[in-house]
Amino acid sequence: MDREATAVAGETGSHVGLLKVLGPVHVWALGVGIVLVGEFMGWNYGVGKGGAFGALISCFVIGILYTCVAMIDSEITSTVAAAGGQYAQAKHTIGPLMAFNVGLYMVLTYTMLNASDIQVAGQLVQIAAGNMNVTIPWQPYTILCLALLTLLNYRGVLATLSVNFVITALAFLSILVLFIGVKPWAPHEVLLHSQLLTALPYGWLGVLASFHFGIWYYLGIEGTCQSAEEVRSPGRALPLGTMTGMITLLIAAAITWYVVCGLLPWEYIGWDAELAPLYDAARVTGSSTLTVILFIGTLFSAIASANGCINDAARAWFSMGRDRYLPIWFGAVHPKYRTPFRSILFLTPIAAIFALYIPLAEIITFSILSGLLNYTFMPINMWKFRRKWPIGSIRRGFEHPFHPIPAGVLLTLCVATFFAIYLGYGRQLLSMMLFYIVASAWFAFYRYRYVRRGDQFSMPWPRPQGY
Amino acid sequence: MWLLLTDAAWIVSIVIFGWLIWDFIRVNMRYSESVLLSSREGVDELFAESGQKEP
Repeated sequence: MDREATAVAGETGSHVGLLKVLGPVHVWALGVGIVLVGEFMGWNYGVGKGGAFGALISCFVIGILYTCVAMIDSEITSTVAAAGGQYAQAKHTIGPLMAFNVGLYMVLTYTMLNASDIQVAGQLVQIAAGNMNVTIPWQPYTILCLALLTLLNYRGVLATLSVNFVITALAFLSILVLFIGVKPWAPHEVLLHSQLLTALPYGWLGVLASFHFGIWYYLGIEGTCQSAEEVRSPGRALPLGTMTGMITLLIAAAITWYVVCGLLPWEYIGWDAELAPLYDAARVTGSSTLTVILFIGTLFSAIASANGCINDAARAWFSMGRDRYLPIWFGAVHPKYRTPFRSILFLTPIAAIFALYIPLAEIITFSILSGLLNYTFMPINMWKFRRKWPIGSIRRGFEHPFHPIPAGVLLTLCVATFFAIYLGYGRQLLSMMLFYIVASAWFAFYRYRYVRRGDQFSMPWPRPQGY
Repeated sequence: MWLLLTDAAWIVSIVIFGWLIWDFIRVNMRYSESVLLSSREGVDELFAESGQKEP
């Protein structure tokens, strides 16, 4: 060990670990940063399935799903203060096989979302050039975006999430500016809801099918848990950052639906080729200022999302490596920047390949399916957690109210959303399930022999009830 | 100008990835695996009263 490494190790009590430098603002920036891009694009395909009102219903119903996710996550993560988020939770409450699967769900969710975001960022630059009658390829800008964000993530979490806070806040502000710009206090002046809103075009089955895309409004808010090992006070910062993030997203989703559905007909909003409905809504107002602001907001939201996804995917992969669920080589921390540098670099070419060669709809469906599998695990996780360590048996940073109602609601809504996805993407759903079954078999019959079982349980808790 | 920007995007990306790979190799050669892999799953001040588990 050389002098620098000795100094580094000395500072941390002989371990080179992740830095505890984050506060609630960074947790908010991580969660909302990953998700906010879903207000700028993606949710609108739900309008194509269920009409404008169908998308509104799915916005509220899926909003309830994610509120349950945020409540459950806030309680467990504020207690299991470890990188890896739900993976670390599963390891403590259920067992290794579940933890391995949950870790994979998260890595795929965030890596695929990252690939989608950088692809969109590149295409937005291409659109900007196209508006000036210049034809350019989008690929260089996608790769540039990935390179810059990888560099940022590699060099430290504080700068990464501070940047994310600024660009996420600006993207959110752009939605508020558009909302004020369309004069909601004078409904018939700019907004034309009375002329544009129609009855459900495909009935209640269409509404159910739109649940699939309702996930876009909130996909990734659970990513706040990945910062658990790097926040100064998980018991305070994680619930505060996650719940305020969820409130921000509910407001942004409601404004987005209200503005877009008051400016554009549902057939156009739900059209497969419609990439950025908020940007198009700004263009329809005829205001060049609003158009520029919403273009920047859309670009910033995609960049913020990719930035947060690189952070979260790397933490999940790093945690699994550290526990030997994957080769331990991935469990390394950079001695100077204190980031999981091997995991960050390993996942970068995977995101690049998917971004460059796979269509957006395909990538994002992989991300949504993995995310939904993760949410399905959460109610089981919550029931186990409360049963093994009831209130009062261990110190919790946050106790969510009304248990077990949120867990029951979450499980019910997950089942309904699986059905909705099966209606449109049954083949992908089954392929994904097959992939996870094969991966589970690999872990159970090969990889598990390398896992140090005694090191799995790292929390200083009493023996669980019933054991 | 856009064509220049497109070339610049490729060049900047190559420079950034080049630096990342250089630093990655440098760190792996300079530090032993025992240092790089010394991170342990953390607990925080929330549990200070009950005492932290020694990894």
